[in-house]
Amino acid sequence: MNTFWDWNYVISFMPKLLEGLVVTIEVTFVAFIIAAVVGLLMALGRLSANPWIAQTLGLFIEFIRSTPLLVQLFVFFYILPRYGLRMPAFIVGTIALGVHYGTYTSEIYRAGIDAIDRGQWEAAKALNFSPVRTWVGIVLPQAIPPMIPALGNYLVAMFKESAQLSAITVVELTLTARTIGTQSFRFLEPFTMAGVLYFLISYPSSLVVQRLEKRYAGK
Amino acid sequence: MQASSTDPIVRFENVTKSFGELTVLRQLDFDVAPAEKVTIVGPSGSGKTTILRVLMTLEKPNDGVIWVNGEPLWHQKSGDKLVPASEKHLRKVRGNIGMVFQHFNLFPHMTALRNVTEAPIHVLKVPKGDAEQRAVELLQKVGLADKLGHYPSQLSGGQKQRVAIARALAMRPKVMLFDEVTSALDPELVGEVLNVIRELADEGEMAMLLVTHEMGFAREVSDRVVFFDKGRVVEEGPPEQIFGNPQNDRTKAFFNAILRH
Amino acid sequence: MPNEDHLLVKIRNYVFLVIGILAVGIAIGVEMMVNPPETPPFDLLPILLRGLAITIELTILGAALALVVAIVAGVARSSKNIFIRTITGFYVEIFRGTSILVQLFWIFFVLPLPPFNLSLTPLQAGVLALGLNVGAYGAEVVRGAIGAIPRGQIEASIALNMSPGLMMRRVIIPQAMVRILPPFGNLLIELLKATSLVSLITLSDITFQGLALRQSMGRTTEVFLLILVIYFLLAYPLTLGVRWLERQRRWAT
Repeated sequence: MNTFWDWNYVISFMPKLLEGLVVTIEVTFVAFIIAAVVGLLMALGRLSANPWIAQTLGLFIEFIRSTPLLVQLFVFFYILPRYGLRMPAFIVGTIALGVHYGTYTSEIYRAGIDAIDRGQWEAAKALNFSPVRTWVGIVLPQAIPPMIPALGNYLVAMFKESAQLSAITVVELTLTARTIGTQSFRFLEPFTMAGVLYFLISYPSSLVVQRLEKRYAGK
Repeated sequence: MQASSTDPIVRFENVTKSFGELTVLRQLDFDVAPAEKVTIVGPSGSGKTTILRVLMTLEKPNDGVIWVNGEPLWHQKSGDKLVPASEKHLRKVRGNIGMVFQHFNLFPHMTALRNVTEAPIHVLKVPKGDAEQRAVELLQKVGLADKLGHYPSQLSGGQKQRVAIARALAMRPKVMLFDEVTSALDPELVGEVLNVIRELADEGEMAMLLVTHEMGFAREVSDRVVFFDKGRVVEEGPPEQIFGNPQNDRTKAFFNAILRH
Repeated sequence: MPNEDHLLVKIRNYVFLVIGILAVGIAIGVEMMVNPPETPPFDLLPILLRGLAITIELTILGAALALVVAIVAGVARSSKNIFIRTITGFYVEIFRGTSILVQLFWIFFVLPLPPFNLSLTPLQAGVLALGLNVGAYGAEVVRGAIGAIPRGQIEASIALNMSPGLMMRRVIIPQAMVRILPPFGNLLIELLKATSLVSLITLSDITFQGLALRQSMGRTTEVFLLILVIYFLLAYPLTLGVRWLERQRRWAT
C-alpha cells in the first residue's frame, strides 16, 4: 500500500468527486446570481439621497467585506435556527456566499457608475433627458461593459471560495474529497484531484476574463 | 587596431538593422572623428534615431561591425576573428558612449543630485564624496546649482533635460548622443537646453552625435551634417554645404519642404 | 453626482462607525437579556483573546512569507529567462487557480503521509498555505508593477552602463515598490480573513475558539458576532491605511 499514486483509487472515487463538483458549480451559480442582485440593491441603497440609509448601508457593506466568509457562514448556520429558520445547509451557505460577494459587486456597480464622466450627466441634462432615459440610454451602456470582466473575476473567486461551505456540511467538492480521504486514510489522491478539478475550471475561466478585460479596456 | 588620434572614435562598417520587414539601416558606413560634432538630419522614419540606438546598444544590428574607440562594440576579438561580444565586453565598450533622450528618462525617485551621482558611484565605483563634488560642478555648469535636492517632478522640461545632460556627462563618455533632445519641450524651454549643448560643443573634448530638427542650431554647432534617408547617407558635408548649397536632389527637396513652414 | 466636502464626509463616517459598533454591542446586549447565559459573559474574553493572539501571529508570519515569495516570484516572472518565467508561472497559476482551503488541507493532511512524510504543526501548515497562496497573488502584483515602469528607465540605465542587477536594485524595484503598496495592503486584509480557515485544521485561532465556545457553552450568537467585530476592528484600520496609500502616489503616475 506504499505506492506513490494509486490510479485505481482515483477511478473508484472519481464519480463521487464529480458529484461534489456539480454541487460546487450549483452553489457558485446561485450565489453569483444572489450576489449580482443583492449587490445592485446595495449599490442603489448607497446612492440614496437619504444619508442615514446610505451611510448605514455603507458601514454594513464595509463590515461584511472586512470579516471572514467562514465566520459569516457559521453565523448563518448556527444562529438562524435559533430564531426558527431551519434551512438546508446548501441554501444557508449559498445565501451567505451570495450576500458576502454582494458587497463586492455593489462596489463594482458603484465604481462603474462613478467612472462615467460628469460631463455625460451634464450633457444629458442639457438635452433635457428624463432620468430614466439618462440611465438607460447614456450611463448604463457606458458603465456596464467594463463591469463585466470585474464581475467575471468575482465569479471565479466565488467558485474557489465555495470550498469554505464544506465547513457547514455542504457536500461540495472539498468536503467530498475530505470525506473520501478520511474513509481510506489516503488523502493525496482525493485532495490532489480536487485541486485539479478546481484548476481545470477556474484557470480557463480566468483566461476568458482576461480576454474580456482587454476587450473592454479600450473604452 | 590601435587607436590613434586620427582614427575615428566611432565607425559603422556595413551595418544593417531591420525591424521585421522594415530595413532601417542599409549597409551603413559611417565614421565620427574624435571630438567631432556631427548632426544627422532627415525625414522621420529615415533611421536616424536607430543609428544612435544601435550605438548605445539599445538595439542590436543584424549585420556589420561597429567600432568604438578602436574596439568592436557588438563583437569581440577571438584570435583573428570577431565573435559576438560577451556581456562583459559589451559593458566595457559601452562605457565610451553616453546618451541624452528625447523624454529625459530621469529616475523619478531620486533627486537631481542623486540622478547624477548614481551611475558614477555604482558603475564607475567613484567614491561618494568625489562623485557628489563632480555632480555639483556639472549641475552648476548646466545652470541648476539651486536644484540639487529637487525631484524630477518638481522640475520643468528644460530643467529635466539639463539634469539628464549632466547625468550623462558624469560618466565621462568619449561620445555623447543627443536623440531629439528638444523635441518634447515647450518652445520657450528649448533655448536653455540648446545653450548647454552649444557650450559643450565649444569645449571640444567629446565627439557629439545629434539627431535634431533644430536646423539653425545644427548649422551653428556642427562640424559635419549628414542627411539621412531610407537607411542610407544621402549627402554629408560641412553645414554651409548641406544647409546652404545642397548638391543632391533629395536633400534639396527635404529642405524645401521644411522651409515651407 | 454631487461632490461633497471631504471633512464633513469623514466626520460623518466616523460617527456612523461608532453608531454601528454601538448597535452591534446593543444587539449583543439585548440578545443576552432575551437569552440570559448561565454564566456571566466576562469569561469569554480571555479565551477569545488567546485565539486573537494566534490570529495575529498567523497574519504576521503569513504576511512575511507571502512578501518574500511575492517579490522573488514577481521578479522571476519578469525575467528574460523563459525557463525561470515559465516555472514560476506554473507556481503562480496553480496557487491562484485552486482554492486556498484545498491547499491548506493538502499541506496539513497529505504531507504527513507517505511519500512525503512531512509532518507540520497546524501553525506551520497555516503559515505555509497562507504565504504560498497570498504570495502567488502578490507575485502578480509585483510583476505588474515592474512591467508598468516606463521603458525609458531601462534605456537610461543602459545608457549609464548599469549592470542588469544594479538597474533592478536601484532603478526598477524602488519604483515598483510604490506601485505595489496599495494592492499589497488589500492582500494583507485578505490574508487576515483567510487565517480563519485554520480553525478547520484545529489551530486555535479566534474562529476556532468561537466554535469551541459554541460547543462547550452554547453561547453562539454573542460569540460569533463578537468575533466578527474583532476581525472588523483589525481589518478596518488596514482598509483606511490602503486608502491613504492610494492617495499618496506622488510621482508614480
